[in-house]
Parts: sequence; structure tokens; C-alpha cells
Amino acid sequence: MTANPRTFTAPGMAARTAAILFVFVIIFTALLSGAYQWTKPAIEASAAEEKMKLVDEVLPRSEYDNKLLEDTIALPATAELGLAEPSKLYIARRAGQPVAMIFEAVAPDGYAGKIRLIVAVRNDGAVAGVRATQHKETPGLGDYIEVKKDKNKQRPWITQFTGLSLADVGEREWRVKKDGGRIDYHAGATVTPRAVTKAVIKAVLWANAQRDRLYATPSKGARP
Amino acid sequence: MISREEIRTIANNGIWKQNTSIVQILGLCPLLAVTTNAVNGIMLSLATIIVMALSNVAVASLRNFIPHEIRIPVFILIVAALVTVVDLLFNANLHELYLVLGIFIPLIVTNCIVLARVESFAAKNPPLQSTFDGVFMGIGMLWTLAVLGAMRELLGSGTLLGGIDMVFPSIQPIQLLPESYPGFLLALLPPGAFILLGCMIAWKNWMDARAAEKAKRKPPVPAEVFGCN
Repeated sequence: MTANPRTFTAPGMAARTAAILFVFVIIFTALLSGAYQWTKPAIEASAAEEKMKLVDEVLPRSEYDNKLLEDTIALPATAELGLAEPSKLYIARRAGQPVAMIFEAVAPDGYAGKIRLIVAVRNDGAVAGVRATQHKETPGLGDYIEVKKDKNKQRPWITQFTGLSLADVGEREWRVKKDGGRIDYHAGATVTPRAVTKAVIKAVLWANAQRDRLYATPSKGARP
Repeated sequence: MISREEIRTIANNGIWKQNTSIVQILGLCPLLAVTTNAVNGIMLSLATIIVMALSNVAVASLRNFIPHEIRIPVFILIVAALVTVVDLLFNANLHELYLVLGIFIPLIVTNCIVLARVESFAAKNPPLQSTFDGVFMGIGMLWTLAVLGAMRELLGSGTLLGGIDMVFPSIQPIQLLPESYPGFLLALLPPGAFILLGCMIAWKNWMDARAAEKAKRKPPVPAEVFGCN
């Protein structure tokens, strides 16, 4: 607050304060947008890395050689997958040939609302991997569908689906044991695994039915 | 420059005499929400230390250009811009730390301690002193929130350092009370935080009153030994 020898009239004073406030707003907005621009690539890279970490869990990186996150097909809202909103399907290719597709599926009938899954299905219809990405199942009871929360570290529950294929296992066996299928479940929490199992078989059926059409769809990042 | 004496005064003010949480009673909103365990309290305080040091130094450097009448909007502008920049920089450059501290940074916006220190200290003092003030006010907040969080956690769920595995995955929370401890929900809910904070304030006032009593009752004969209490 420097001493100012000049005296101001009221409007002059108001104009001066307004001008100073304006200068401050300009400076700090510039600072904000500068910081945003400067950090954007790094933030996007780490977001992509997070996504890849999830993808790595359902499909090993050795099985494909394309830039998977850029090789996408836009999916409209698909009732078979429980998707109420548009989503993205990723195509894994090796030497230009598709080997698997990775997409989101939703089990709408979890014990506490929707369970979001990421599913990878190979060309031959075998499940490469399933992971739960978002759910509100009861902690300590139904949340074993999440690998991190599963007490069985050797063989977490959700890895049962890995390698499962309709060619070997009939549709009727894609059920929890209580319903006469072959999928294990923990006593006391049947609703959750039943919902996940149903969503996975639906996803596999959908993938088998749509594969040719999807592989024929030109994807955004595919090489010509 | 800054003298040793000045640093000591600033430190004493921040950590004890004007402690943000138990003397100024500021920033109750994040305090009540976050201190359900000690780790959360410490993390929020660390994020606050960074933001307070930065906003104090920014305001202190610019204090001669800010007209008195519009100082509050300008301070808010500076604090909000700095919180956002810190948030972005953390996300971009220290992503691992961001995953841990990240959720606490936006909470600082609801914390009036930052604005209070900017208004009552940084607007009147040089940058170096203001930086120290920000850091020591933050340290004062850190120990208070750590103690409050630890008490609530111990009473509420019988553990200590719950959530530490989020910061250091190798360390496990310590179960202090037996597994069969039924838990005491009140301590984990905001009313419990109020009650325990009240106890801490009472303890602080009692300590101060005792110190004042001692200072008043100077021993008439220096050789006389008082009973230790």
C-alpha cells in the first residue's frame, strides 16, 4: 500500500480499483492456462497408463503389437452389454490382424446396483480376461469380484473366466454352481457372482455374433 | 532477512499459541470430515502446508500492489489459482503422490485457514517471514489433526495408522485394541470429532493456565524446591 500523493474522485477511484482487479485476473488466468497447457501431455499420458494397466490385466501385452488405446471403434449404447451410454471398443492386432477385442460390459443386477466390467474376448471366442472396474457390492462379502479385495490371492475368483470358451463349455454351464453351472461362488454372496457371470456370458455371445461386423468396421487408428 | 528470534516467534505462534485448529478454530469443515484416522489428517495437513507456504509468499510479494478495498477478492483469486496449479503440477509430475494426496488438494479450497493467514499475516509481512508463517501454521495443524485422527481412530475402530497402506503399501495398520472390539461409531462421526476437539482445546487451555500460574508464583527463595507436578 504505497502512499499516493494524488487524491482521487470516487469514480476515478472505482475505475482504478477495477483496473487493478482486472490486471490481477488477467495475470492469474494466464498462469492457470499456462499450467494447464504445460501439464496436459503428462496428465494425459498418466491417464493412458492407468488405462493400459487395466488392459494389461485382461490381455497380456505380448499378444498384440498395435497401439491398442488408439485402435478404437465407437460403440453405441448396447443393450446386450448392459451399456446405457456409448462406449469404446478396443481392437488388439498382431501384425495388422485382429486377435482380440476389449470392451466394457455392465451387470445391471448386482446386489448393490450396477457392476462395471472390462472384458477381453479372443478370436476363437475364448475369454482372455475379465475384471471388475466399478461396483458398490458389500465390502467384505460381495466385493471379492475385485481382484484386490479377494482373499484368495493365488486364484482370485474373477480369473475363473480366463480361458473359458463356448466351444468347450456349453452355455448352460456358464452359471454359478448353485444354479447348476460350473462357476464357483462364496457362500453368503450369490447375487454378485451370478450377476457377473450372466454379464460375461452375454458379453461373449455378443462378441461372437458381432465379431465379423466389428472387424470389418474401419477403426480410428488402424493402419491402412 | 529473518532473525532467529523471529523464526522462533513465528514457530511458537503456528505450533502452539495461535494453533489453527485448537486456538483459532479454523477450517473445521475439512477437519471434521477427514480426521477419521491419523493418516488422512496428516495427508491433508501436508497438502495444506504446501498451499499455505505458496499462497503466503505470493501475497506477501504482491502486497504492495493490492489496493486495500479489493484485497479479499484478489486473495481468493490468488489462493484459488495456486490450489489449481498445485493440483495440476502434482498430477503431472508426482503422479504417485497425487494418487494419495490428490483427493485432499481440492478440500483445501474449503479451508479458511489459508485465507486467514494471507489476510492476517502475509498481507502485512515480507515474503520470507510469510513463508515461515505458512509452514509453521501448517505444522501446527499437522500435529493437531494427527492427534485428533489417532484418538478418533483408536476409539472408533481400535486401530492406528489405518489407511497407511495407501501411502506405503508395505506397512499394515496396527490393531491396538483386540479384534473383538465392537467399535464406537460416535467417535468416527462428526459429533465425535467435535467432542474430542473440545477436549483438546480444554487440555490446551489447562496447560496454558498452569504455565501462567507458574510464571506468576515466582519462588520467593530461589533455593526452595517445589513439588513436581
